[in-house]
Amino acid sequence: MNGLLRIALKLLLNDRGKFATLVIGITFSAFLMTQMTSMFSGILYQSAANIINVGAKMWVMDPAVETPQNSIPMPAYVLDAVRSIPGVKFAVPLYIGAGLVKLHDGTYQAATIIGIDDASLFGRPRMIAGHILDIYKNNAFIMVKDTNYAKLDDPKVGTTFEINDHRAVVVGLARTAVPGLFGLPTLYTTYSRATQDLPPTRYEISYILVEPKGRADILPIEAAVHRLGYLALTDQEFIARNDRFYEFKTGMGTNIMMMTLISFLVGLSIAGETFYMFILDNIEHFGALKAIGAKSGELIQMIVFQALVVGFLGFGFGVLLSAGLIALAKLQIPNYAAMVTYISLGLALVMVLIISMFSSYIGIRKVTRIDPFDVFRG
Amino acid sequence: MLKATGVTKSFGEGASRMMALRGVDLAVDYGEMLYIVGPSGSGKTTLLSIISGILRPDSGQVFVKDQDIWALDNDTLAGFRLQTIGFVFQDYHLFPRLTTAENVAIPLILRRTPWAQSLEKARQTLSIVGLEKRESLPPYKLSGGEQQRVAIARAIISSPDLLIFDEPTASLDGDTGRKIVSFVKENILNPKRAIIIVTHDSRIYEYATRVVHMEDGHIVPAEGVADAH
Ligand SMILES: Nc1ncnc2c1ncn2[C@@H]1O[C@H](COP(=O)(O)OP(=O)(O)OP(=O)(O)O)[C@@H](O)[C@H]1O
Ligand SMILES: [Mg+2]
Repeated sequence: MNGLLRIALKLLLNDRGKFATLVIGITFSAFLMTQMTSMFSGILYQSAANIINVGAKMWVMDPAVETPQNSIPMPAYVLDAVRSIPGVKFAVPLYIGAGLVKLHDGTYQAATIIGIDDASLFGRPRMIAGHILDIYKNNAFIMVKDTNYAKLDDPKVGTTFEINDHRAVVVGLARTAVPGLFGLPTLYTTYSRATQDLPPTRYEISYILVEPKGRADILPIEAAVHRLGYLALTDQEFIARNDRFYEFKTGMGTNIMMMTLISFLVGLSIAGETFYMFILDNIEHFGALKAIGAKSGELIQMIVFQALVVGFLGFGFGVLLSAGLIALAKLQIPNYAAMVTYISLGLALVMVLIISMFSSYIGIRKVTRIDPFDVFRG
Repeated sequence: MLKATGVTKSFGEGASRMMALRGVDLAVDYGEMLYIVGPSGSGKTTLLSIISGILRPDSGQVFVKDQDIWALDNDTLAGFRLQTIGFVFQDYHLFPRLTTAENVAIPLILRRTPWAQSLEKARQTLSIVGLEKRESLPPYKLSGGEQQRVAIARAIISSPDLLIFDEPTASLDGDTGRKIVSFVKENILNPKRAIIIVTHDSRIYEYATRVVHMEDGHIVPAEGVADAH
C-alpha cells in the first residue's frame, strides 16, 4: 500500500475511541437503513405471493385491480374474448377469494381459496402429499403447507372441515414458493368448486391467466385486452403494480422512506461530527505535513481514504448485523417478512458513501485551509 | 546557498495593518550555522517562514540553491521544500499516534520511498541522534529533549541542504538545550549544508558561526552581541 495511505490508516486506527465511534455510528446507520428497506422488500415480496406462486406469464384483470389481494370479478365473455386474441396460446380462469373455515373445535379461521382451471389445472402447486388428480374428488381441497398451515390445526390428508358451510376434505398437501403476507392459510381447489362453494357474485372470474405464444405477442395481447376494457399485465408488471401500490398508495412506503432517511441523517451527523473532531485533533499535524512538503492533494487522499475505510467497515458490519438479525427473526417467526435485496444493499451503500463523502468534505475544507505558517508560529 | 533581497511582509488591513518585515536582505552560505536573534515581535519567525518557502512575502525575492522559490506554484514549492529543506518546529509537531520511527520516516514516505526502506532509514537516523532504542514508542512517552532529537532526525532523514530551527531550546532546560545545539553543530552541520536557527536563548549563542540581529522588521548591525567567531 502507498505509504501515505498507510500513515493515514495508522492515524485512524490508533485513535481507538474515535475510530470506534465512527464505525459504530455508520454501522448503526447502515444497519437501520438495510433493516428498513429489507423489511419493506420482504413485505412487497410476500404481498406478491399469489402472482409468484401461480406462476402465469400474463394476468388479465379489471383495470381497477392494484394488488393480487383484491380482485374484481369479470364476466365469462372476457375469457372467450381473450382466448380469441391472436398470440394467445391458451387462457384459463383463476379464482382467488377468501373462505371461512370452521374447525372441529367450532372456531373459525379465514383462508385464501385459489380455484384453478378444471381442465388444465394451470397454476397448480407442487404436491408433497397426495396426488394432484385427487383435486377432482368430491369436496377436495389441497392444503398449502406453509407457515400458516398450523392455523388449520395441522390438517393431514383425509382431514375434513367446513368451508363456508360446505364440507371439505384435504386430499393433498402442497408447497408454494412464497408465503402470503397476511398470515392466511391457503387452500387450492378446482375453479368450478371454488365458484360453487364460495359466496357467488354476479361474475366469477377473478383473473384470467394467459400463456402467450411468444414474447413478441405480449404487447399485442396487452393492447387487445385494453380494447376489451380490461388490463393485461405480465407477471413482472403485475408485481411492479403491486409494489407501487404499497409504496405510494399506503402509508407504509412513506413511513419506511422517512425512517430510512432518519437513519441516514443519524449516521451522517454522528459520522460527520466525529470525523470533524478527528480532523481537528490532527489539524496541527496535517499543517506540519504541509510545511514539510505534503501537497494538498496528498492530504486530501489521506482524508478520503480514512473516510472510506470507516464507511466500508460500517457498511459491512451494518449489513451483517441486519442479515443476522433477519435470519434470527425468521427462525423465531417463520412469517417474518424481510429480505435483504441487492436494492437494499445498494441503497445503503450509496447512503454510506454519501456519509463518507460528506465527512471527508468537512475534513478537506479544514485541512486545505490550514496555513503552515500558523504551525510555524505555534 | 540562500539569498533573500528586499523582503517585505505586512499583516492585516487598514488601521490594523502592521509591517512585520520592512525590506530584509540576507545571504547564507553552505557550512554556516546562522542565528537570527532579536526581541519578540521583531519578525524572526516571519522571516524564517518566508525564506523556507512557507509564507509568501509581499515583495522581494528568495533564492535557495539558485531557485527563485516564490516563482514556483504551490505544489512545486511543496516538492522543493520536501527535497531541500528540513524543519524543526518549536513544538516539534510529532504525530502522537505514530511510533517514533514512523514519525521520522515521514519525509521519505512523502517522497514515495517504499515503506520498509523508509523505516529502515528512520531507524538509522534515530541512531545518529542516539535514540535507536526508542523507535517503536509513541513520541509522547519521550522526554522533551528526546522529542527534540526525534524532530531533528525527521528533519535530516532526507539529507536536506538547508535546516530550519525555530526556537529549538525554548522548551528545554539550559543544559539539554546546549547539548542539543552542540550536537547539531558537531554532527549535523557539514560543509554541504546550512543551518538557520531562530532563538532568544543567549546561552547557546556560542555555537553560532554567525548571528544576525533583528529589530522591528529590519536586520540591524550587531551591538553587544558576541559573534562566536
Ligand atoms: N498572521 C499574522 N497576523 C497578524 N499579525 C501577525 C501575523 N503573524 C505575525 N504577525 C505580527 O508580525 C510581527 C512579527 O511576528 P513574528 O512572529 O515574526 O515575530 P518574532 O520575532 O518571531 O517574535 P517571537 O520572538 O515572539 O516569536 C509581530 O508583531 C506579529 O504580531
Ligand atoms: Mg517567533
